[in-house]
Amino acid sequence: MRVPILKQENFLIASVQSALSDVEWERLRDDLADQVGRHRSYGVIVDISALDVLDSFATRTLRSIAYILSLRGAKTVVVGMQPDVAYSMVRLGLSLEHIETGLDLEDGLMILRESLKGGAGPV
Amino acid sequence: MARGTTSGTPNNITKELVANFKRERDRLRQQWVAQMTANNLLAGLTQEEIESEFATIYDTCVGCLETGSYEGAEKYALRMAERGVLRGMTTEQIIGGLLVLRDVYGRALFSWFQKDMAKLNKALDAYEPMANRILAIVSMAFIKEREQVVRQQQEAIRELSTPVLQVRDRMLILPIIGMIDSMRARQLMEQLLVSIRDNRAKVVILDVTGVPAVDSRVANHILQTVDAARLMGAATIVTGMSPEVAQALVAIGVDVVRFNTVGNLQGGIEEADRILGYKVIANLE
Repeated sequence: MRVPILKQENFLIASVQSALSDVEWERLRDDLADQVGRHRSYGVIVDISALDVLDSFATRTLRSIAYILSLRGAKTVVVGMQPDVAYSMVRLGLSLEHIETGLDLEDGLMILRESLKGGAGPV
Repeated sequence: MARGTTSGTPNNITKELVANFKRERDRLRQQWVAQMTANNLLAGLTQEEIESEFATIYDTCVGCLETGSYEGAEKYALRMAERGVLRGMTTEQIIGGLLVLRDVYGRALFSWFQKDMAKLNKALDAYEPMANRILAIVSMAFIKEREQVVRQQQEAIRELSTPVLQVRDRMLILPIIGMIDSMRARQLMEQLLVSIRDNRAKVVILDVTGVPAVDSRVANHILQTVDAARLMGAATIVTGMSPEVAQALVAIGVDVVRFNTVGNLQGGIEEADRILGYKVIANLE
């Protein structure tokens, strides 16, 4: 299943609706890297609230998405991680260092708007 | 439920035993009560209780011997354990009472079959497993009941020990009091993470004023809690580290930079206010 990527103002919102295979994670990465340039977006929100498992590959891909997008000039916010997912991730020693996280979509939008106010990108 | 091995198929000797026990019911019961009274095992029971309760126990035992099925005994034992614990009847009283009953039964056997040694042996073969099994069932019922009480209390303590408090919109305080072990740390983290989601918290204050000591495991638990909260989008402020705890953390070599630490709870709340954009203004009038 292709993850829908919505454009909202200057941001992109990728809402992961169900568990993704490794290939689908890679496609999400490629799609985002591509579209962030096409829409000239300044921020990307990846909503993972529907996921109750996040394995090491998904974690690594999320991290590389954030790094790739920052090289493309956009800030990434991962939002909506479920308590169980957060719990098992820290138990496994996986963490999303240097990546902004938010509670939910609303929170993510707020974080991006805040950071835009800070100077990066257009007002 | 499994049937008794020896008395699964009632043979002649079992039948005879059951008939004897039934015929001598009143006499043996009286003997039993008399012995219990002599051993002071009936304290706190009324006459009616003694009558009805002991008749039931006697008949249950005979019933087990007769049918070879221990279901009735198990149910009755569980009920008795529940009531016994509630009413403050001691385990000693009940187990002691059963031992006396065993003794009464045994003596009756000897008096019936004393002339015929072979028959006495057979009778004992039929009777002993039943008596042992009933004792085991009753003891187990009591242990189970106690265990359940202990479990309930543990549960209560656990729930009391980890309150997650909301102080302002999107701000939670988690005061940790007492020692943290792995079990408690896990529960603490789970509860905190669920509260973060439910209260849409953005800042969490982890107050460790009440934590007397930390070792590397506890430090690791606190770090994991901070990390997990961050993954859910909440910032954590640790407050109230005592000098000993701070020294211990540095000595262990914990990555202290990952903690956002403020001296005391008041400072922590002020810092959280700052992050959330609240401003407290004194109304001096």
